[in-house]
Amino acid sequence: MKRQEEIVQADVLVIGGGIAGMQAAIAAAEQGANVVVAEKSDTRRSGSAATGTDHFKCYIPEYHKVSLDEMLAETSQSIVRGIQDLDLMRISLGRSFEIAQKWESYGINMRPTGEWNFEGHTMPGKPKMWLKYNGCNQKILLTKAAKERGVTILNKVVINELLTEDNRVIGAIGINIREEKGELILFQAKTVIITTGHTMRLYPGINPAYLFNLSNCPANTGSGTAMALRAGARVANLDMPYLHAGPRFFSRSGKATWIGVYTDFYGKTVGPFVTAPTRELGDVTPDVWNDVFREKMENGTGPVYMNCSQTSQEDIDYMMTQFVSEGDTSLLDYFAQYEIDVRTKMVEFGMYENSFAAKGVEIDQTAMTSVYGLFAAGATAGNVRSDVADCAVWGQVAGENAAQLAKEISFSEIEEHHTVKEKEAFYQAMLSRQEGAYWKEANSTLQQIMGTYVGTKIRSESLLKAGYCYLADLKKYAEKQLKATDSHELMRCLEVLDLIDVAMVAAKMAENRKESRGMYHKRSDFTFTNPLLNNKMQWAQKTEDGFQLGYRNVRK
Amino acid sequence: MPPMINNDNCVRCGLCVEICPLDILRLEVVENGKQVVVKYPEECWHCRACAIDCPKQAITMRYPLSHMLLCVDVPKQEGSCV
Repeated sequence: MKRQEEIVQADVLVIGGGIAGMQAAIAAAEQGANVVVAEKSDTRRSGSAATGTDHFKCYIPEYHKVSLDEMLAETSQSIVRGIQDLDLMRISLGRSFEIAQKWESYGINMRPTGEWNFEGHTMPGKPKMWLKYNGCNQKILLTKAAKERGVTILNKVVINELLTEDNRVIGAIGINIREEKGELILFQAKTVIITTGHTMRLYPGINPAYLFNLSNCPANTGSGTAMALRAGARVANLDMPYLHAGPRFFSRSGKATWIGVYTDFYGKTVGPFVTAPTRELGDVTPDVWNDVFREKMENGTGPVYMNCSQTSQEDIDYMMTQFVSEGDTSLLDYFAQYEIDVRTKMVEFGMYENSFAAKGVEIDQTAMTSVYGLFAAGATAGNVRSDVADCAVWGQVAGENAAQLAKEISFSEIEEHHTVKEKEAFYQAMLSRQEGAYWKEANSTLQQIMGTYVGTKIRSESLLKAGYCYLADLKKYAEKQLKATDSHELMRCLEVLDLIDVAMVAAKMAENRKESRGMYHKRSDFTFTNPLLNNKMQWAQKTEDGFQLGYRNVRK
Repeated sequence: MPPMINNDNCVRCGLCVEICPLDILRLEVVENGKQVVVKYPEECWHCRACAIDCPKQAITMRYPLSHMLLCVDVPKQEGSCV
């Protein structure tokens, strides 16, 4: 494997150029930092928000006419749940309008109707917090804004390992996948911001034979969480996976973009909130009754359908334009190719595809992790939600603070770092292997282990301990056998190894949560919810011979 | 498997190869020049970034049966059989 002669230097190195990463880069550059973004595809269309999103959680005091704390209570009691730090949620919401205005200044269409317009995901009579915008070109415009501020963007560069010294980040190891056989690139950085998005491809998807039939970007494989963990950072909430709801069997995001009512097979309304479709509210049923689709399948009263038959023609036309804003042009294309008229056909919705979103690296109010100089934002951060607005706000916070910190830090020597030689030899071994395992073998087995032993239907000590053993074996075999014929396959191999690292800590954390909580952590050996664990968050940290685990109070 | 490149319209600019979030496309050298090739079709996310951004509208998508949307007719009236 070749090695690029020149070491890339950055005050702030951003790993991953999604929403959080680009906002971080923009914010850091505005503080005068020398910023480099390393992105494994291309920042113009990478990540889960590649082709759009249409709801931006936003609090405008003059519009909402309630206090920040009232709005916060509303968000944490309604659809925005999970174990999160309230101090961080306050920042998310408090700075959301500032970011919405910044986005407008970059050219993103935040007011398609000309007004600040809030729609969808809403219960009748409750404050509307979802700003309806058109994000179809957001990645292109964020890239443009970053370049205008002097940010260097290195596309087709995979970052695989952080370099640390005395619990401080000093750089990273990357691979340029433009080169057929890969090229090693060393990064010397004063601060690093991890924004690698969701952890997808960890659990079986809607059609397990097709690993990339996923709602969020299948290239998002928890690599930031895995790298941070290996670097010694604390992670949080990996005992509580997320379960996606959407159309079957074409996994897509954006259920709130649909304007209709959830009904059963006979057209009978399923939820209590709306009986007639409105673009103003949407049908909030699955946001509130998260398990509705699975529950109704398992008790035989399913399936549940998105029924748009009573939606006005005006709202149908509007919905079709909104699929474009949300980045779901594939649905429109599919409807056309398969001649599906949503006024006469109901589309089945379901729960499928466990993943980790906003479960990962633990951050403080400055977005810094427990490793000095290492920041995280977006879906990689583990203790605050990661809707598109949260990703942008936390990108901004991370960028500002990383740039400030970089002013006080000087570069450390990295070329002779022991990790560099070890990793280089490891990559070379995978590229040189004549016989070996294809990455998909390991990825599909990983998904089977996770679905079977660390799943969300039922958990127990014996299942979780067995699962952990199998994951450890898989890791050992994969490290010895994985084979890559080119840099693209090398990237996929490294993604799978990162996923296994996330899986192992998730299994340990699930085992250590000796209670049942919520819908996705049901223990057969601890069937009750332990009140002593209310308002507490579980964290984990890698040690020499395993993991250290603990609970802490949720921050107010 | 998706996407499908119409070689008559394609001008080999390489934009789709550059922007694909899953890195599945390649601009490969063939007999009489270059051609966009779908090298890793099973890794397509069907995001349509390539089709949206193609300056010549030379890319269309095929949605495989592995991604079938499950639909039924809306009941004629609530409670009636489909």
